[in-house]
Amino acid sequence: MLKIKDLHVSVDEQEILKGLSLEVGEGELHAVMGPNGSGKSTLGYTLAGRDDYEVTSGSIEFDGEDLVEMEPDERAAAGVFLAFQYPVEIPGVNNAYFLRAALNAQRKARGEEEVDGVNFLKMVRESLAELEMDESLLKRAVNEGFSGGEKKRNEIVQMAVLQPKLAILDETDSGLDIDALKLVADGINRLRDGKRSFVVITHYQRLLDYLTPDKVHVLSGGRIVESGGPELAHRLESEGYGHLERASA
Amino acid sequence: MSQTVEQVQGVIQKRYAAGFTTDIESDMIRPGLDEEIIAMISAKKEEPEWMLEWRLKAYRHWLTMKTPNWAHLNIPAIDFQALHYYASPKQKNRPQSLDEVDPKLLETFDRLGVPLHERARLAGVAVDAVFDSVSVGTTFQKELKEAGVIFCSMSEALQEHPDLVREYIGSVVPHTDNFFAALNSAVFSDGSFVYIPKDTVCPMELSTYFRINARDTGQFERTLIIAEPGSKVSYLEGCTAPMRDENQLHAAVVELVALEKAQIKYSTVQNWYPGDENGKGGIYNFVTKRGDCRGDDSRISWTQVETGSAITWKYPSCIMRGERSAGEFYSVALTHNHQQADTGTKMIHLGKDSTSKIISKGISAGRSNNSYRGLVRVAKKATNVRNYTQCDSLLIGKTCGAHTFPYIEAANASAKVEHEATTSRIGEDQLFYCRSRGLDEEEAVALIVDGFCKEVFKELPMEFAVEAKALLEISLEGSVG
Repeated sequence: MLKIKDLHVSVDEQEILKGLSLEVGEGELHAVMGPNGSGKSTLGYTLAGRDDYEVTSGSIEFDGEDLVEMEPDERAAAGVFLAFQYPVEIPGVNNAYFLRAALNAQRKARGEEEVDGVNFLKMVRESLAELEMDESLLKRAVNEGFSGGEKKRNEIVQMAVLQPKLAILDETDSGLDIDALKLVADGINRLRDGKRSFVVITHYQRLLDYLTPDKVHVLSGGRIVESGGPELAHRLESEGYGHLERASA
Repeated sequence: MSQTVEQVQGVIQKRYAAGFTTDIESDMIRPGLDEEIIAMISAKKEEPEWMLEWRLKAYRHWLTMKTPNWAHLNIPAIDFQALHYYASPKQKNRPQSLDEVDPKLLETFDRLGVPLHERARLAGVAVDAVFDSVSVGTTFQKELKEAGVIFCSMSEALQEHPDLVREYIGSVVPHTDNFFAALNSAVFSDGSFVYIPKDTVCPMELSTYFRINARDTGQFERTLIIAEPGSKVSYLEGCTAPMRDENQLHAAVVELVALEKAQIKYSTVQNWYPGDENGKGGIYNFVTKRGDCRGDDSRISWTQVETGSAITWKYPSCIMRGERSAGEFYSVALTHNHQQADTGTKMIHLGKDSTSKIISKGISAGRSNNSYRGLVRVAKKATNVRNYTQCDSLLIGKTCGAHTFPYIEAANASAKVEHEATTSRIGEDQLFYCRSRGLDEEEAVALIVDGFCKEVFKELPMEFAVEAKALLEISLEGSVG
């Protein structure tokens, strides 16, 4: 599904990712953990194709295609979804309108038929109910005036409606109370169908308690320094990242 | 500088769908401006004697005036003697009905999406179509007449309802008001006339579509709307012109009179040819629009979406003369390439307890300059006046400019005047967020801009809101790379 090989990424001519390699198979959920400044968010932005995140060497293959060469909207249509750590506000743009425009833009790019208003509402209402979000949210402007938790849950609603092949969740757990965390985790688990793959970027192990990752990777100094099973997350929780920083220094 | 910003400001190419020319013979008065020309215009329109006198008075006053230079605009000198002040499509006789109108003209308006013939008429919207200096035809006249509403061209009004015209013309915008208003008063050729009788709600939207076609011609229309006590009307105007290398002058005057408890809503979607990407050609849009809330509890609302013109100089204003009267101004002004806009409003509060609201959204791209200029004046005797002004600017790229010039003159201490202003650059975060969800760059910019303009668009009548949104999208086409 996703093959990242020896990836080097610079932002403002400063190298952040320094030879990162990662393979995520179909249907797998991988957790990427690491201390602040290790390059976690850079990985997410690079996969989604943000400008200013320049791939200087290495490769990213997604579903057999070269992701680096694709525009962000092409990546979205191909099935890549990034849940933002800080979802962006778009004043004046109705949340439902935005999501339907996005869905139909993707479908159009894939040569599929557009979804009409009635069917769209059905899809989005289900997801809203599952995340215990009020329907009035649809009529509000995208993320404007949303609480931190609402913004994060809204990302999961978008993911559920857009049905990506690969979802990258960038610290979706940060700033959530325990109830919201469970809702978000349930939302993710519902989408685990044996085919869809996930990269869950997080600082803490607590979200992983609900997700049971196939693999856990530790990112430090712009590279994966350690990989293992779910037990690695627990070890990091108790030991902290201190030893890694000393090692990579 | 990031890649996105470069792309955004990079290739700015506007596709102007209304840029075609209609090949039709024109009946033109020789170029130049003098008393003889004015007499010729008046004679062509078979006007009453007092109208000619009024025109000449305006002309003599205009000769003493200078082009205004206080706006944040760079206006090249205009040779007023080189212009034609009257051009009309040649027709054997004045058409008595739309069936007699030259098919080429009907086709022109068809192409512009304003069908005039019976079968394709816009449902629920009566249209007066003005081609160069004359009105080509007005739809739904019969239906309106039954409601007692008069909706016709100014020329026709001067023939059929001269007393009404004489009573109100120049009563809101006097011929001495400003340079372009004086010029218009001297040479105005056509425009629309609307009269809504007492306690009548106009049964349909009224609209005028202005089209400049002839070369080296100025368009000087004059519109007058009178709303008698307790009446209500919504009026829309649209405008386009062919793409030409030379600049053309459009100097209109619009006067609105709202008597006691009357309501006038006036909406404009202005899409004059803006010139090419190097700033060559385009319309100079120098317009004086003013509404007089003459009666108590009257209300006048201006909504404008300005996307065209090389230079826009326009301040639709309200005079709140009546007690508890209300004025509103909602504006979206988009400039790009080398376009310049200095636009805003004046809210003059004379009546007690009068209110006004100003919502202005400026969008600048390319090398354009976009200024908001607004005056809120409260007269000494006007107690408990309230004004709210919100003025937002959105920048696309780094070579454009947005400027805000608010003026507040409150002579009564009880006035509450609020002013809020913001300027923001179209966010890379917003663009990337939209794109990561599957929208391409142009869709993303259109969506963000649409959201930015929402408060104004929702004031437009339904049909126009859709058109305005589409127009903005076309205007932004190519503003991202």
